[in-house]
Amino acid sequence: MSSVLYDAPGPRAKRRNVILTVVFVVLLALLLWWVWRTMDDKDQLEWSLWEPFTTSDAWTTYLLPGLANTLKAAGLSMVIALPLGALFGIARLSDHRWVRGVAGTVVEFFRAIPVLLLMLFANQVYTGWPGISAEDRPMYAVVTGLVLYNASVLAEVVRAGILALPKGQTEAAQAIGLRKGQTMGSILLPQAVTVMLPAIVSQLVVIVKDTALGGVMLQFTDLLNSRGTLAANYANVIQSFVVVAIIYIIVNFIITSFASWLEQRLRRGKKSTGAVLGPAAVEGTAATGAGGAFGGIGIGAGDGGGGGGDSGN
Amino acid sequence: MKLRKVSAAAATALVLALTATACGGDDSTDSGSDSTSTSGGGDKIKVGIKYDQPGLGLKEPDGSFAGFDVDVATYVAKELGYEPDQIEFVETKSADRENALARGDVKFIAATYSINDERAKKVDFAGPYLLAHQDLLVKADSDITKGTDLNGKKLCSVTGSTSAQNVKDSIAPDAQLRENSGYSECLAGLQSGAVDALTTDDSILAGYAAQEQYKGKFKLAGLKLSNENYGIGVKKGDTATVDKINAALEKMVSDGSWETAVKENFGPADYKNEQAPKIGDIVK
Amino acid sequence: MFDFLSNYDDPSLLGAFWMTVKLTVFSAVGSMVWGTMLAAMRVSPVPLMRGFGTAYVNIVRNIPLTVIIVFTSLGLADIFGMTMGAPDDFKVQGFRLAVLGFVAYTAAFVCEAIRSGINTVPVGQAEAARAIGLSFSQVLGLIVLPQAFRAVIGPLANVLIALTKNTTVAAAIGVAEAAYLMKEMIENEAQTLLIGAVFAFGFVVLTLPTGLFLGWLSKRLAVKR
Repeated sequence: MSSVLYDAPGPRAKRRNVILTVVFVVLLALLLWWVWRTMDDKDQLEWSLWEPFTTSDAWTTYLLPGLANTLKAAGLSMVIALPLGALFGIARLSDHRWVRGVAGTVVEFFRAIPVLLLMLFANQVYTGWPGISAEDRPMYAVVTGLVLYNASVLAEVVRAGILALPKGQTEAAQAIGLRKGQTMGSILLPQAVTVMLPAIVSQLVVIVKDTALGGVMLQFTDLLNSRGTLAANYANVIQSFVVVAIIYIIVNFIITSFASWLEQRLRRGKKSTGAVLGPAAVEGTAATGAGGAFGGIGIGAGDGGGGGGDSGN
Repeated sequence: MKLRKVSAAAATALVLALTATACGGDDSTDSGSDSTSTSGGGDKIKVGIKYDQPGLGLKEPDGSFAGFDVDVATYVAKELGYEPDQIEFVETKSADRENALARGDVKFIAATYSINDERAKKVDFAGPYLLAHQDLLVKADSDITKGTDLNGKKLCSVTGSTSAQNVKDSIAPDAQLRENSGYSECLAGLQSGAVDALTTDDSILAGYAAQEQYKGKFKLAGLKLSNENYGIGVKKGDTATVDKINAALEKMVSDGSWETAVKENFGPADYKNEQAPKIGDIVK
Repeated sequence: MFDFLSNYDDPSLLGAFWMTVKLTVFSAVGSMVWGTMLAAMRVSPVPLMRGFGTAYVNIVRNIPLTVIIVFTSLGLADIFGMTMGAPDDFKVQGFRLAVLGFVAYTAAFVCEAIRSGINTVPVGQAEAARAIGLSFSQVLGLIVLPQAFRAVIGPLANVLIALTKNTTVAAAIGVAEAAYLMKEMIENEAQTLLIGAVFAFGFVVLTLPTGLFLGWLSKRLAVKR
């Protein structure tokens, strides 16, 4: 194969590649062997520690309710954050300077702050708040934190989505006499939604991952937290971690794949404007704290990586 | 073109809606109004327990609850007029107990809840119903026999617990403290040698040590580092309920149910419990 | 108004933020090194290395950072005995474990940033370089990397800022950084709003100038195409 870095390999390069492959295989095997040995040494491979996961009880009593809470918090956060994000995204494009200023400040502020701080703060505010029981409080706090942060991120996605549309769309709308609100509501926003769908879906991965913070820091009974209750029963700390990590990987992988599928599908749509905000687009917006200073929102720059382009949040 | 966009948009909306609703089956219990039904003495009673303490309050794999606290709570609820199927157990983590009572989320709490002056300012206590002591859990072949042996050793406890800090402050100032999210994590560390001892109430430690995977591997050091009088927490000012629960606890001891519950829950753990405490008799 | 701050000296407010900075710096350096290695694997001519790089990135990116950080403490340290050269000092151990976790996680994002940077260089550039007889190392060193590096600053800045905020997760294993202190303060003091504002301000100060500077730099150095 040829790429920007190297040509199709000749005989010498082929030999070198074989040697590199062998060395790498040996190194990998050594690593795996070490992990296996250590696990065995510490009696972590005993079947009795893994066996609970083959019973339905471990799933129906601990893991699935935990996963349900994780998805519930993530889904709620997305559903609430999306309209909020749209509102702020549009406000940042307003013709009025003060509207732009206020929306911009709010968005930049919440993007500069760790989501954990927002959760801790919300949790404290909700303590003793009428109408929120001690049982529900962690979930409320987690959702609040996630909404504040992700609405700001989505605001940038929405803004980028609208800016990605060809200028002719606005001009044509103005030419036929639509008002500003009409232009936004019936011309720009519907098209922008399609443009940014993949980016929005892959932001869901970031949200799902961040719910785990609540599980550890706020005792929110999510997947990660129910792992603790499970381990109290079966005394299998490592094993439960491995299983929970695999569940997270599968869930997020499904979301990521869906986002890539969506992106490719939208990109193929010939008659659309052709602008698509791929999952990688979030990269430009996820955590800059510097707002539009970057202008680094990669429109249609998805290189087929297919991964959520979040910057590690 | 339109159709394709619409179908893609609809698919996304569907996924989002599913994640939001499919798992929202128990939404009805989430609403704040629900909590008021518990204070009226309706057809259900909410009781706060622990979910992760073998021998005291544990959520079992089949979804039921077991342990001494659970048995006491069930007995008390029965005396208050609630059959076992009318009890709804709620997890009350240590830090949330006062708040849950003050708000009326639960009627009473039986969750290794030691009576002390600071807590008594915020909630009312019935009982005590068990006298426990802070102790150490060590490896079966450990040479730690007294508190001062902990100097230079690694001591594990859970986040938010004061027992480890107490040991460091008053008994072994050179001990290294490690805080984990739960006791089972401490036990895993104890087994592998990452920590040398685990400290909390002996009743809790005994329950963990009796778990099948750990049988014979650990022992209690048998130090009575403190007195922990387990009481039943009730909303501040609800003296009527306190009196009723006290009467229930007295009856539980006199009709032998207390002894049975102790045997059933602590027996396998080989835990030498104290005699049933007298109501209102708090051992300092 | 700020009286309560004097009640906290282990850590103090400044001490906690200093810990956040230290976590960020060590993790940033570590993840640059490991992330570059991963990126090298992902663009290497050896299929197995490419496969490993891809698998690593896709697995690590889909696990919550919280799971990774908690696992370093409960799994690596407690069960596997990886005490990071400090078996008897939980504070030092916790710090090093947290850095290890952040490096493992952040490297996946660094790798993707670098790879996408390399991908922005048009193939024609390298082909032209090879056509005039430059060797592999010359192609890489004189043509591809200088262009890729400029394209990478923006994405890497995002990763760095995300990392700064992510260091708060270290509170989950008891590292006394900003979020750890905030949790302690906010639960014990009455001035909830004030405490929230103080810590929010701290992070704005840490992330905003970095973001603005690196944003300016990446724009200035951007390759005009």
